[in-house]
Amino acid sequence: MSDANALRADGLSHLLKGYSPRKGTADELIDGQGRMRPVWESFISSLSNLSRQETEELFARGTHYLRDAGVYFRQYSNDPAPERDWPFSHVPVILHEQEWFSICDGLAQRADLLEQVMADLYGPAELVQGGHLPAELVARNPNWLRPMVGITPASGHFLHLIAFEISRNPDGSWFVLGDRTQAPSGAGFALENRMATSRIFQDPFPRANIHRLAGFFRAFRAALDSQAGPAGRRAAILTPGPGNDTYFEHTYIARYLGMMLLEGEDMIVHDGQLKVRTVEGLEPLGTLWRRLDSEFADPLELDETSYLGTPGLVQALRLGTLSMVNALGAGVLEMRAIQAFLPRISEVLTGQPLKLPNIATWWCGTESEREHVRSHTAEMMIGEALASDLPFELGATTAQGGDFRSSAQPSIDAWIEAEGGNLVAQEMVTLSTTPAWEEGRLVPRPMTVRVTAARTPTGWTFMPGGYARIGSSDDHSALAMQRGGTVADVWILGDAPVAAESMLGSTSALAPRTGTLPARAAENLFWLGRYVERFEGAVRLLRAYHLRLAETGDRQDPRLVALSKFMESFGIDSDEPVPAALEALLGSARTCAGKVRDRFSIDGWNALSDLARGLDAIRGSTYPGDGVAHEMGVLLRKITGFSGLVQENMYRSIGWSFLAFGRALERADGLSSILAAFGEASQPQGSLDIALELGDAVMTHRQRFPIEASRGTVVDLLALDPNNPRAVVFQLSEMRELSRMMPGSTAPGRPSALTRAIMPTETRLQTTDPGILGCKAFVELRAELANISNLLSTLYLR
Amino acid sequence: MRYDVKLQIEYEYQGTSDHARNLLHLLPAEIPDRQRISASLLTVDPIPSERRDLFDFYGNLMTFIAFHEPIDKISLTLAARAERLLQPPGLELSPPLAQMPAEISAHNAIGGTAPHHFLGPSPRVSPDPDIGAFARKVAASNMPVLEAVRSLGKALHEEMSFDPEATEVDTPASEAFAARHGVCQDFSHIMIAGLRALGIPAGYVSGFLRTIPPEGETRLEGADAMHAWVRAWCGAQLGWVEFDPTNNISAGMDHITVAVGRDYGDVAPVKGVIRTAGEQDTHHSVDVIPLTAA
Repeated sequence: MSDANALRADGLSHLLKGYSPRKGTADELIDGQGRMRPVWESFISSLSNLSRQETEELFARGTHYLRDAGVYFRQYSNDPAPERDWPFSHVPVILHEQEWFSICDGLAQRADLLEQVMADLYGPAELVQGGHLPAELVARNPNWLRPMVGITPASGHFLHLIAFEISRNPDGSWFVLGDRTQAPSGAGFALENRMATSRIFQDPFPRANIHRLAGFFRAFRAALDSQAGPAGRRAAILTPGPGNDTYFEHTYIARYLGMMLLEGEDMIVHDGQLKVRTVEGLEPLGTLWRRLDSEFADPLELDETSYLGTPGLVQALRLGTLSMVNALGAGVLEMRAIQAFLPRISEVLTGQPLKLPNIATWWCGTESEREHVRSHTAEMMIGEALASDLPFELGATTAQGGDFRSSAQPSIDAWIEAEGGNLVAQEMVTLSTTPAWEEGRLVPRPMTVRVTAARTPTGWTFMPGGYARIGSSDDHSALAMQRGGTVADVWILGDAPVAAESMLGSTSALAPRTGTLPARAAENLFWLGRYVERFEGAVRLLRAYHLRLAETGDRQDPRLVALSKFMESFGIDSDEPVPAALEALLGSARTCAGKVRDRFSIDGWNALSDLARGLDAIRGSTYPGDGVAHEMGVLLRKITGFSGLVQENMYRSIGWSFLAFGRALERADGLSSILAAFGEASQPQGSLDIALELGDAVMTHRQRFPIEASRGTVVDLLALDPNNPRAVVFQLSEMRELSRMMPGSTAPGRPSALTRAIMPTETRLQTTDPGILGCKAFVELRAELANISNLLSTLYLR
Repeated sequence: MRYDVKLQIEYEYQGTSDHARNLLHLLPAEIPDRQRISASLLTVDPIPSERRDLFDFYGNLMTFIAFHEPIDKISLTLAARAERLLQPPGLELSPPLAQMPAEISAHNAIGGTAPHHFLGPSPRVSPDPDIGAFARKVAASNMPVLEAVRSLGKALHEEMSFDPEATEVDTPASEAFAARHGVCQDFSHIMIAGLRALGIPAGYVSGFLRTIPPEGETRLEGADAMHAWVRAWCGAQLGWVEFDPTNNISAGMDHITVAVGRDYGDVAPVKGVIRTAGEQDTHHSVDVIPLTAA
């Protein structure tokens, strides 16, 4: 044995030291005879060449990538800031392509079966009439939507995207834990998992033979487009909005596929057709990929308390003018109890048994089933029959292995007898384990694999791997992400190199995306611009106040009193070192940005988060006077960073023009209020210097005017100087230019209503004399700016 | 018995409403052997930009209307000629309560008249322990279902007081029952909750009552507005039976059905999403005039 080999064997034994799968459990890495499965060999051998430190440095690359990419999921809790880093498990799950193809073959059969069941439940209901599915499971299921009964989908199919949660039996075979048909998630996260593992495992790790994910998305996007109907109708993604736990994925997928991301209020139904409100008016939609649960989609016919939907959406579906992925009401297929009937239904509808069995399930609605469950409670998980939760999800199971998870009931037998048809029992299965990295070594952890299938004109296509859930301990219930479980990439490994492909190969991705901008997105960008600028103004005010406080130490100084009064008019309390208003402004800016994350650069988002962290850090740790002044200076530099990103890096889309317009308008307004308050001779000594400082023009003034500041020079510089990028007139010119990018000019070359509203004010400032602009003039100017803002709302944001 | 029915509903909005879209359950439907509609006309003012009439899941007629231009009021006028048909007296055979689970699960159908829809919780009627206990005190398990329905209706009528001022359209049944008062909607929702607690499938009926009673009889409560009562599924043989708990009578010749559903939410006369911030005002009037002497 050479030295290198000896070292390798040493690394291998160290890596796998103590890696011992439980008896009676299948393990992905080690087979029943204690040998490493061949599909892992090359990966493990590469890993064993690394020291613990080298390995952890590599893993950190993946973690950094995910953090920089802004990947998060939202934890459901009462905590107001529940965004959490993506819980990534660095070691992938590796499966051989032969095994994978046979899994997909079984799942394709299952997908077709689910489609047939769905068509029956919303059509003739023969399965119920034939006694193959109890009527009460359908009629009492909140996800079976009565208004959808009798509506045939425009595309001819109910299901277009399905995710399956699968796991491996102790004997090595695979089985299905549950089907996700409502609004399956995970596909976008799978892409990010893959990006992360490709950062970690570069040469010499075996990468060439891994099946790529991009082809799946290309096929799915093409299928969505082909369903959109008559030319000109587009496909879009419907999201419940930033409050959803997988909102990141919605924004990510929208960007990746180049699709509009819409919320219910972005759309209206007009003459039987679903249309999106854009800054250019109503535009028809042909396909909606829905990430919103069905019952919330239409407050008129479905849940009337929903604020997330679009009234009349069901009517558009009824008229066949819209294709929905998946059909509304598809959530009915997710009820746990249906697993008890699917094996038989498969035989009835297709004459074939399920190629891939699902988890053994008993519905407690009949005496014989109840009897069976009662005598096997030790091997059962018992929970609600109609619940959609997967067997290992939090709250899915009330009793497990003969014990209640919480001790509210007298006895399981009495409970089963009393609840009967509301309960379902599922076999307490043993999940297979897969290696996870913990404290410098590999340990076996339970896992399930999520497989996503999409319908294409030629049949179901499967995303090759990408997503597995890994338990944080031996306890199966620890799989839930909300409970500390993690997520790993899944590699489907071939025997030969796999052709490289990415979204770039697709024609739909290469075609320039037309600049459709939903009105609500425009509104959020506009207000993002305004809030960031308003925040900057507030920071400048605080700095000016505390610089003078540090100088005089006297809050009764006339200048401090004047500043304090001025701040008060904006709701800023000068007594607090870091006033609550500051956080509120930044919070508003971040809320707006959060709603347009699909249109907003990750760097821009991170810059805002950085500001929030900066603000958070100084609260409570700084002191009035020099301390606050210094910290505000630091914050100003960070804001400049954000402005630079917006100005230098953002594509000049229509969306950008609303953002920039918001900033310019707010800046003009801020300057006008400063000049109205500090530009008068009657105000305390030093007011003009305050105005210059707030307008960031102290240096410029010194260069331009070799004299002390006078009313005339200050008004000239801050209001009328077309070369000062912080002058009011400069903002108005900018607004006029930006308004030309917005839709609405009646004829080529003719100014739009917005442009026409800006020009008189701009021209007046261009032609006036600083001497005649008094305090009152600036108060009036603010009113004119408010009118322009209102006009913009009326024209584009409704 | 033939009637001329007139209904007028007016909504006035403070501030205009943009892109109003409404779903109406106002047109009475034909019910075989029970109710005939010889003419009906629903007039909407201003004339909506879109209008479509179709049947819902339960077989009710529903009307979709939408306005493309901003509006500040809507007026809905229904004129209908309806005939209530005399039910031939039958044997009124219904199984004992204890036999209901078997009767129901033997019913392999999920169409709009199937009992399964009407047993579990529905959007506006959730199980309530107090109502359940009240119902179980009234009905013993060996009581025939039909008798249980009538007993519960009677008991509720005695227990509750009719008070048009006490509740709102969205008052939950449990709250109205706790205070022992309400209007026809509350009486109906409470009775539905009670029947479901007994294992009897129960639903909500919206409709009209004749305005002026036959000579010598008292005027029924709820005659000056749209009315509501209850229907209960009394086993496969007898099927659906209607009962009016507000007046403690079986729904018969004086009742004209507009729509049936699980609760008020399924049959609300006017549903709509109004994109306006302001308050709205409603005016509501009903006339149900018999065409022949009673």
